[in-house]
Amino acid sequence: MKKIFYIFLLFSSFLQARVIEVGANKSVISITKAVALAKVGDTVLVHKGHYKEGNIIIDKRIVFIGKNYPVLDGQKKYEVLSIKSDGVIVRGFKVIKSGYATLEDPCGIKVYNKKNVVIQNNILDDNFFGIYIQNGANCIVKNNKISAYGKEEQRIGNGIHCWKSDKLQIISNTISGHRDGIYFEFVTNSIIKGNFSTKNIRYGLHFMFSNDDAYISNVFKNNGAGVAVMFTKRVKMLNNHFEENWGDAAYGLFLKEISDSNIVGNKFARNTSGIHMEGTTRILVEKNIFEANGWGMKIQASCMENEIKSNNFVGNTFDISTNGSLVLNTFNGNYWDKYEGYDLDKNGVGDVPFHPLSLFAVITENNPSAMLLFRSFMITLLDKSEKILPSITPDNFVDKTPLMHSLPL
Amino acid sequence: MIAIKNIYKKFGKLEVLNDVNLVFNKGECIALIGPNGCGKTTLIKSILGMVIPTKGDILFDKKSILKKYKYRDQIGYMPQIGRYPDYMTVGQIIEMIKKIRNSNEALDEDLIKAFELEKIFDKQMRTLSGGTTQKVSAILAFLFNPDVLILDEPTAGLDPLASEILKDKIIKEREKGKLILITSHLLSELDDMISQIIFMQDGKVHFHKTIADLLESTNEQKISKAIASILKSKQ
Amino acid sequence: MNRIIKIIFLDILKNKIVLAYTLILALLSWSSFGLEDNSAKGLLTILNVILFTVPLVSILFATIYLYNSAEFIELLLSQPIKRKKIWLSLFLGLSLSMVAAFFIGAGIPLLVNAPDSVGIMMVIVGCLISLIFVALAFLSSILTRDKAKGIGISIMTWLFFALLFDGMVLFLLFQFSEYPIEKAMVAVTAFSPIDLARIQILLQLDVSAMMGYTGAIFKDFFGTTTGLAVSFLLLCLWIVIPFCVSLKKFKNKDL
Repeated sequence: MKKIFYIFLLFSSFLQARVIEVGANKSVISITKAVALAKVGDTVLVHKGHYKEGNIIIDKRIVFIGKNYPVLDGQKKYEVLSIKSDGVIVRGFKVIKSGYATLEDPCGIKVYNKKNVVIQNNILDDNFFGIYIQNGANCIVKNNKISAYGKEEQRIGNGIHCWKSDKLQIISNTISGHRDGIYFEFVTNSIIKGNFSTKNIRYGLHFMFSNDDAYISNVFKNNGAGVAVMFTKRVKMLNNHFEENWGDAAYGLFLKEISDSNIVGNKFARNTSGIHMEGTTRILVEKNIFEANGWGMKIQASCMENEIKSNNFVGNTFDISTNGSLVLNTFNGNYWDKYEGYDLDKNGVGDVPFHPLSLFAVITENNPSAMLLFRSFMITLLDKSEKILPSITPDNFVDKTPLMHSLPL
Repeated sequence: MIAIKNIYKKFGKLEVLNDVNLVFNKGECIALIGPNGCGKTTLIKSILGMVIPTKGDILFDKKSILKKYKYRDQIGYMPQIGRYPDYMTVGQIIEMIKKIRNSNEALDEDLIKAFELEKIFDKQMRTLSGGTTQKVSAILAFLFNPDVLILDEPTAGLDPLASEILKDKIIKEREKGKLILITSHLLSELDDMISQIIFMQDGKVHFHKTIADLLESTNEQKISKAIASILKSKQ
Repeated sequence: MNRIIKIIFLDILKNKIVLAYTLILALLSWSSFGLEDNSAKGLLTILNVILFTVPLVSILFATIYLYNSAEFIELLLSQPIKRKKIWLSLFLGLSLSMVAAFFIGAGIPLLVNAPDSVGIMMVIVGCLISLIFVALAFLSSILTRDKAKGIGISIMTWLFFALLFDGMVLFLLFQFSEYPIEKAMVAVTAFSPIDLARIQILLQLDVSAMMGYTGAIFKDFFGTTTGLAVSFLLLCLWIVIPFCVSLKKFKNKDL
């Protein structure tokens, strides 16, 4: 009985759904007209061409497909594609040159308060905002290539901008040249996975007031200020790469007012600071690689109950730095390449505790120009004597079980 | 050949040479004598350009030697105490100086044979006695057939046999018409060699006479006696 | 001149101290690169060698060699050779052997194990430091006839640049930490060849930290092409000026 119902359903959809083709030598030339002609459930198939139709509004549940990447051109005046219906599917377009305005945020593709929208396999080039999901739910943004050529923060929007939404999936997109690569504000229960965000002016990922999200296996490389995750609870940050974020205030990962979150299996390489933490609580930092950063982790005194364990710290200028003497965080079982202890019982764990905070890291925190003297013989001498007899650095800033060999991460 | 004109030399406050004027000509063999610290060695070193006079000029073949070096081609110098790099062998030293001089003219190796120095060519300088070192110095001074020979205490430290060999060599060179300048304490040694004598005291030239003049004016037969009588009459 | 340089160079090569220096450098370099799987530790070891050992050995060896060559210099002076030529030959001979020792001992392992901008920069800077301290040795040995005094001056010079100078800079930094003294501090480094060398290596070695705000003052000066050119020019002046002063003194020296 059930089977027959499904077959009926299938047939009925075949019967009802029409395909309206749009193209220079097709029956319909204009996309706007095709959308007007279409009924709910129809497919609008757009053939290759250059369409300058101002703002295209999709206000019914249709499948909107481009063949061979037809170009939708906003002529730097209009928002290109506005989605104002649930369940719309947009696929295979090249969306270019949206309007530019600071008040209205014109976009390449914008979803207005709708559910179940799928935006997939599109190319977005030179738009103010790339893809904008406003108050959406269950939407999927997948496999899009989003690029822009912003020069300064105020004159460009974000690549994928999500606001006040729930259960979004942002998967395998490539974003470059925007203000923030991916922007999340008041977005919950969502996942960001496998994206590549690079050369954006501000952050690769900007994340605020967005609880219960996860971002996994993304690459954030060479963005203006790295990645910022702020004012959020219960975030899972897994297997991401944070690389080459260099600059005066650049971080691999900047955390502010975060609690009950996990940072596991990530790699932080060649950043000014790998992780910069302010006001974080109960964060687990585990099995990450910190390699060739200026500062592996900067843990401000406002952080507490964080646990840093089983990470590899290799080739950083400073492994850890802090701005106070209060230590409310624990370090356990990490590998530090600066560790010079011994392991007599051969259990792989050093017999002498390791103090990851060097005297000079404390000095430069208070007096940045002291960096001038770094690696001078004088400073090496001071650092060594401080290691033996800690006087300025807090002596409970310590890893009691430092590993002798790096973890295979 | 060499003219010394009004030279002064001060080491700090100490005046070592005070208005010295002298002329040396070819074919002369001149003894430079005087008490210790009278400025003999400083005068010699000034001629060699090793000490730079505070004031005055020195002419070599009528050309000033100040800031020049080429004229030293024509000088052979035997220092009072020859000091050589410790770890070089006698052979290496001689080879090195040959290379530095890079001279095409025939070398005068008489003294090498006379002193039988080939035997110790592979000995390091620091192992040599003072006398043997002096022999090396003497060889180097005569080696390039220079027109001028400056010998600072040549016979000091040499055994009588070597001393005689050296004296014969000096006389032989004088007969070739070379200018020879010798400083010495041992007046008795000088008799057969020298034609003129210069006596220095306190940085000044006390007198500069030919031997004949000297002996005549003092009525003595030997130079040493003549000098002694001059010094006595002065007191 | 070549003849004299050759004589001096061969004489130094026979010297056991230079051989030992080369060997120790090589041993240190190869073993510190061999111990760890990443080259970071090896680089740090060689950095310390460049900032500490190379200056000490260069200045001390050159000073002692010059005093021990007093006889040789005297011998040469009585020969028809220009004083300038003698002094320059001594400098070139000593420089050549010190640079060769550094290059064979530390340079080759560096270029084999870290053939990138860090390694190349370290080789160049190490050679320059060798030259600078040989030049300083010439200056200190011409200042006094007394061998013990001369060696004392050399050791003091080394101690000053390797340790005391940085101590003074650190003291100044803390005394004037309330004032904008960053630019002045950059200028102060010009007075220490070791600091100039160290900062050039630092910009390659700790590039991540140097790109941050604390490093901004260096990046803005030393990180630019002009800064690089100025630093190398200053390092070269550190060779030329001490040597020229010593040469002037040598020309007027009584022996």
